[in-house]
Amino acid sequence: MSTPFYVSPQQAMADRAEYARKGIARGRSVVVLTYADGIVFVAENTSRALHKVSEIYDKIAFAAVGRYNEFENLRIGGVRYADLRGYSYDRADVTARGLANVYAQTLGTIFSSVGEKPYEVELIVAEVGRTSDEDQIYRLTPDGSIVDEKSYVVVGGNADSIGNYLGQRHRSGMGLTEVVRVAVDSLARDPNGGSPRALTPEQLEVAVLDRQRFQQRKFKRILGGQLGRLLDGDQSAEADDEEKPAATAPSDE
Amino acid sequence: MEANTRGTGRLPAAFLTPGSSSFLDFLAEHKPELIPGRRGLPEGAVVEAPHGTTIVAAVFDGGVVIAGDRRATMGNVIAQRDIEKVFPADEYSAVGIAGTAGLAVEMVRLFQLELEHYEKIEGATLSLEGKANRLTSMIRGNLGMAMQGLAVVPMFAGYDLDLGRGRIFSYDVTGGRSEERGFAATGSGSVFARGSMKKLYREDLTADQAATLVVQALYDAADDDSATGGPDLARKIFPIVSLITEDGFHRLTEPEVTEIAVAITDERLTRPNGPQAPLI
Repeated sequence: MSTPFYVSPQQAMADRAEYARKGIARGRSVVVLTYADGIVFVAENTSRALHKVSEIYDKIAFAAVGRYNEFENLRIGGVRYADLRGYSYDRADVTARGLANVYAQTLGTIFSSVGEKPYEVELIVAEVGRTSDEDQIYRLTPDGSIVDEKSYVVVGGNADSIGNYLGQRHRSGMGLTEVVRVAVDSLARDPNGGSPRALTPEQLEVAVLDRQRFQQRKFKRILGGQLGRLLDGDQSAEADDEEKPAATAPSDE
Repeated sequence: MEANTRGTGRLPAAFLTPGSSSFLDFLAEHKPELIPGRRGLPEGAVVEAPHGTTIVAAVFDGGVVIAGDRRATMGNVIAQRDIEKVFPADEYSAVGIAGTAGLAVEMVRLFQLELEHYEKIEGATLSLEGKANRLTSMIRGNLGMAMQGLAVVPMFAGYDLDLGRGRIFSYDVTGGRSEERGFAATGSGSVFARGSMKKLYREDLTADQAATLVVQALYDAADDDSATGGPDLARKIFPIVSLITEDGFHRLTEPEVTEIAVAITDERLTRPNGPQAPLI
């Protein structure tokens, strides 16, 4: 019987972190930014069916990079957690903070469990508040750490260089057209200093948590024609042509 | 996996098991005690609880209207004058409830969540038939309670985006589902409401006419059934009328319903039995 090699705990954790980090850096980035009416999610994603950005609950959305099957699993777990909580208490009792904590525990336990491979995912959980001061954005890393982010965050791909760019361009209280422009420019940049790529609406997945929506569910995808107009800088695309105020917003009572 | 999910605060294995898009199935596996029908009564117990009464619905050109009166009764006592019995199920459908009010409201809450949950997990909405079938299984799950006197009999109406028209589904206490042509009624006053609509209904109704039709039917139901509440002019409590069209769910505002109800009540001052259909 061979004697197993001794691996120090520090080394074991560092190896796992490195493994997860590499998996995440392989994919394209997702950026999440605050704007005047809420929070916008912009991802580079050519698929119309496999989403990187999704709705979790009324005011909460989820964005992820890394291995699809792993973050999809976490997304479904999050939807179940939120719906169960909302059903047994009240819709107002489902919070991004609670969800981020559960994700952190889940990721952290998997990360340090010897029998499981660490998840190669990085998540963002965001909640839109009644005012911009109440907006919350949490970033979760594969080892289960939570980072409470302010105003903007980038995960996956060249997160550092995109983050630097956004740090210079992003201001609080920007309009939707302006903020999407900044986000798309940041994704299109070449990290090696070359000329930026051109990103078409087909290559982008854009969604918002818009506090101005009269519906209870604040999450909305920006698709097709509306996204095209938004990228062309047409201010009128901010107004949602599908929506009209109803007498009573659907409620769960 | 189950073994190491305890006591760590991480999501239990049931949350991360792929496969089901149904919130009801998830509850049945993870928290069966939260399903309304599973919380049985003691053997032989009979409970007196408020009952909701009449729901009516009618298809019109371009959509469907569903309406309910506002009364809940407990025996011969009026338990509530302003109960709401018509709810949006999702953007393109609504559910009206007759039967035990407490259970019915909880069932609607679960049904709304079931549709929303599916939509979020799958990224697509269920077909109208699919929604109607989900409701069937929820009513069937309540059969034990129904046999002890706590029945819930909903009516489901929605706009079918594939077919481009409004549709109505009615249910019996075992969950038996049938699609209704034109118009339908359920609850204690349904016999009178159906009779009323039989004489007034036409296939080419506009949305406004259909709204008037269902309020007429509820007036006739209240006229002959003590458990159905008519328009309450003194307290300004009027039926809830909701329209579902291609544009989605829309509940008529209070002034809109008031206008219809007052017009009908005024007309009945001179003709108490309401509008007359030709003999032949």
